[in-house]
Order: sequence, then structure tokens, then C-alpha cells
Amino acid sequence: MAHAAADAPGRTLFEKVWESHVVAREPERPTVLYVDLHLVHEVTSPQAFSELAARNLEVRRPDRTVATMDHSTPTRRGSDGRFAIVSDAARSQLETLRDNCRRHGIELFALGEEGNGIVHVVGPERGLTQPGMTICCGDSHTSTHGAFGALAFGIGTSQVGHVLATQCLLQRRPKTFRVTFDGRLPAGIEAKDLILALIARIGVGGATGHVLEYAGPAIEALDMEGRMTVCNMSIEAGAKAGMIAPDDTTFAYLAGKARAPQGEAWDQALERWRALPTDPDAAFDRELRLDARTIAPRITWGTNPGQGIAIDEPVPDPAEVADAQLRGQVARALRYMDLEPGKPLLGRKVDVVFVGSCTNARLTDLRAAAAVFAGRRVAAGVRALVVPGSVAVKAEAEREGRDRIFTDAGAEWREPGCSMCIAMNGDRIEAGQYAVSTSNRNFEGRQGPGGRTFLASPATAAAAAVTGRVADVREVLR
Amino acid sequence: MSWSFTATCAPLLRDDVDTDQIIPARFLTTTTKTGLGEKLFADWRYDGSGAPRPGFPLNDPAHGGAQVLLAGANFGAGSSREHAPWARVDYGFRAIVARSFADIFAGNALKNGLLVIALTDEAHEALRQSVERDPQVRVQVDLEAQTVALPDGSKERFPIDGFMKHMLLEGIDELGYLRGFLPEIAAFEGARGAAPAG
Repeated sequence: MAHAAADAPGRTLFEKVWESHVVAREPERPTVLYVDLHLVHEVTSPQAFSELAARNLEVRRPDRTVATMDHSTPTRRGSDGRFAIVSDAARSQLETLRDNCRRHGIELFALGEEGNGIVHVVGPERGLTQPGMTICCGDSHTSTHGAFGALAFGIGTSQVGHVLATQCLLQRRPKTFRVTFDGRLPAGIEAKDLILALIARIGVGGATGHVLEYAGPAIEALDMEGRMTVCNMSIEAGAKAGMIAPDDTTFAYLAGKARAPQGEAWDQALERWRALPTDPDAAFDRELRLDARTIAPRITWGTNPGQGIAIDEPVPDPAEVADAQLRGQVARALRYMDLEPGKPLLGRKVDVVFVGSCTNARLTDLRAAAAVFAGRRVAAGVRALVVPGSVAVKAEAEREGRDRIFTDAGAEWREPGCSMCIAMNGDRIEAGQYAVSTSNRNFEGRQGPGGRTFLASPATAAAAAVTGRVADVREVLR
Repeated sequence: MSWSFTATCAPLLRDDVDTDQIIPARFLTTTTKTGLGEKLFADWRYDGSGAPRPGFPLNDPAHGGAQVLLAGANFGAGSSREHAPWARVDYGFRAIVARSFADIFAGNALKNGLLVIALTDEAHEALRQSVERDPQVRVQVDLEAQTVALPDGSKERFPIDGFMKHMLLEGIDELGYLRGFLPEIAAFEGARGAAPAG
């Protein structure tokens, strides 16, 4: 045990990062918090740049601002080799981002360029995302970057304007909530299963007002891409952010990345980063312990990420739900999903499989999916889409020959982007269709109006693609 | 803008209403804040052909002109899109009364002058019953007093961040306020030197 003095209680990872970014603090007023890295994309930034223009303001720190195009971007090229942008509005949004970045001297990873990709894939893979940083983006899945021990959270467009103009945000200090996962995940169970299990346990509002810290042996055993998957979905439990203490896994991932510190700066950074983890005697506002050894492949059955089950469990029966409000919600979700109460999901026919998104489109995710696709065929009547998270992920997957595994199986191998997770680029499912998706939201119509989404891990999604049904990947691989 | 007003309520009582319902993502390919009101709740309001769905509260003439949305718990879950409050304000809502709100949505709403009023379960239920009995009943919202007067005559105090309340009542511009800290921000940057991380 560390021996902290009685008058200097231990601090959590969150508290250390928060405290080191306080610019000003006045009684009763929100804290002025400094933002180290501001990530920008085309959907939530145009109105913020307009606000700056209307006030004749400049971007304070273009060197701390990085932009990418990902949401409105097509994942397919036309026969002429050019990207098939879905609409004039989408084209205008992309052009607006390009103009704004040029005007303010902001680095932009534009569509098709090296470095382009989903914002939450690009930041980590370039080494922009580092431990101890504060990171913001007009995107709720900014929580992803917390996997590195950064305090990273999504903001609205008004706040995007605040950060552009001042590099700061007005913030009230959130509470802290540690979830400790004892034991290790069983073989074949992925980070996605772990986070879906947690959200089912605490609910989609279960961490509202709190910053989650994920801890315990099961978290420490995850690679960085698994940790990103976990932190990515913190917002699906309502959390302000999700964080994981940086350790040797973190440092090994960052070493040599393009924008990570180099040489002497690296040694100094390491020293700072090693001091970040939560002190042994630090206290959290809330704590929860879960046993990772009991986690099975997970799948959602309903219309929010908390409505999930182990793959071999039946969907709930409203008749067995005591609470009236909850009973209504369960019944409503089952009706939208057109599922029979109390029946298993296993064996349910699916129409579309999507492997992609800021949750699960990194190399590890593609490898997990490829392991299931290898030597198998996409089932008749199923459309399977594999969308890498970035140009770099795509190139590396192709170097490993994974693209051939997908295309040989009959899946579509696309250009990078958010794609069918948010369905604003033309990639979508049709009304009434069922999709097994590795994305993060199964909200009504999220993947296309009237579409129905089952959220799952890349391996479980791939198992659905090759069997044409909701399947237990452990059985498929047996 | 007056921060004391009376209004009728449109009920949308399901819990965990997410921002993808409030404004579906396919309408986010815009570069302005205007015109989003007609897309508010698009997939619940209209059928595939664009015709209004009769059962949806915003299509019910009895709730025409409602400036308060009466919602359930954890309203506004999901994405950080500020298009959600923009759509509500464009539609004509001035406040949302709910059992609870998702954080990002609540913050975005207040920045656009859309009040987010969380009531206790008892008060929420009382209001729900009043609106169900008579869609024309009115609530009176008073930001200064932080109260909402319910149709049954009771008056409920609601929580709001003291600073946000002050900003709204005084019409203080948040970015302008933040820019007042530019000297401190410069000092902070200077003290940290060129180091990129915290």
C-alpha cells in the first residue's frame, strides 16, 4: 500500500487529469477547463465555424485541432473511381469542412487521403491521443480515447465553438464511478461482450453524471483496441466519460506512433504517464465489482444498448416484469423489433451483417471477424458489409490478406467511414430488416428507417453472417 | 426573452428517448441550424410516405401549439448532436419537463434557451394525469423562481445549474464570458510550456 499522508488523500485517475487542466475556478461558477486536443468532423462543426465567423474570431490553437471526414463520407467509389457522395448536402458539408480547415490552418484528413478515417480511430492510431490529456470532439463516442487514460468526452456544437475560440470549456466536475472486473474474460469472449454486459447491468442512464473508470484484471488483460471498445460505449451507459489507467500495454501501443512524443520527450512523458493511475487509497463516488469469468457472448434484443442478453438467453417477457414503467418499455421494444416475448434470439434469421464503426472497426476487430469468415461463405440472402475504421486499418488488413477472406466469403469490403452505424452516407438497412451490427446503438431506425439492430461483437456478427441467423460463435467455431 | 411563461403540454412519456428519434441522422447533413423543426421526431411523426401518423402526440390537434414537451426518464440519451435542441426550438418548444435527462442533451438544450425541467416522480405523475384529463391545461414556468406551477394548483421547484440560470436570465453570452478568461488561458498555456500533454 502506498502511504499517503492523512492530509493528502489519494486521487483517482480522473481527478489527476481534471486538476492538471483547471485554468480558472471561481466559487459557484463552472470550472474553466483546458482542452489539449480538439477533434473535429464535418457534421457537428459547420455551425461552430459560422459562429466564429459571425464574431470575427480566429481558432486559438489550430495546432491542437485535428479534423477528419467520416460521417457523411461514402464507403464506395463509383465506376469512375470517384467517391459516390450520397447527396449535395453531404458534399456541401464535406466542402465546408475543407474550407474551414484551410481558412484556419487546421490539419485535415480528407476523404480518401492517407490518415483519413473515423475520428476515434484516427486519433489513437496517429498517436494524437495520449495519457493524461483532455480530449473533446462534437461526438458522443469521444469517450473512446479514455482507453489511454485521457479525459475524453463529447460536446455539442456550441461548445465546439467555445473550444475553437478559447481552447477551453466551462465544466462542472462530474462524479466518479469505478467498475472493477475480477478474473479474466473466457477464451473467445471480447471487449464488446464485456461492455454490453455492463450496460445491461446498470442501464442506459446508469452512469449519468459520472466518469467511469474501468479496472481489474480483465481490463488490464485487454489490448488497446479492446480497451477502446469498452471506453467507446461509456456514453451508452450515460457516462460523461470512461477511463482506463495507462500501463505498459498503453505505452507499447503508443511507442513510435507518428504523433507520440519521441526521444527525450518520450522519456519525460512516460514519467508523467506512470503517475496517472488511481492511487490505492483514492475514493470513488460509486463502485461496482463484476466477475468477468461469467461473461458470455452478448447480443441486444431491444432498442437501446442496455436491452441485452447472453446469446443463449431468451428475450424478456413483459408479463414477468414487475415494474409497470419497465414493462411498458420492454413491450414497446419487442413490438418494434417484432420479437416474441420469452423466446430465444438464437436461430433468428438475419438480413444484414455490419462489421465496422468507432466501436469495432480496428485491426483486432477485423481479425476476430476474419477468423470466423475464413473458409466459410456468407449465407444465402444475407448482405455482409465490412467497413474498416481508417485508411491505415484498411491498408494493414489488406497487407494481412484479411480483405480476401471477407470477399472470398462473399462479404463487401468497403472504404473507411462511419457507414451503416449512423446511416447518413447511403449505407443503410431497409425497413423491417434485421441486422447484427458491431456498432454502438440499436436505437429505432438508427441504421435506416424501420430497421432493426442487434448489437454484438465482431465474432458474433461474423457468425451471424455465415449462418444467416443469430448464432453462438462458440458453436460455429467448434 | 421572457423566462416566465404559461403553456400547454404535449406528452411523450416513454423513457430513454434518444437523439436519433429526436432528429434522425440522415437529416444531419446540414451546415445551418434552421429548418430542423419539421424533421423533429420525423420517424415517429410521419410514415414512410411522409404522411402524419395519427397516433403521435405532436400530430394530435388537441396538443397543437404546445410549448412544453412532457417526457419520461433519461430524455435525450445518445449522441451529442446539438441538432436535437435546435430542432425543438425551431419547432417552438420552450421547455421539456421530464423525470430525468441525459447529460449532453441537457447541456446543449440550455445553451439554446430550451429549459430542461426535471420533476419528482410524484409531481411528474400528477402533471401527466392532468394533461391526460384535459390537453388544454397549462403549466406556468418561472425560471427566476425555479418553479413550475402545475394545473392542480401545486407549485414545484426544479433544479437548474445556478450559473446557467444566471446566464439565461441576464442574457449573458457564454462564449463572451469564456473569452473573459483569455488572460488566464494564456498564462496557463505559458506555464505549461510546449508540452503537448497534461
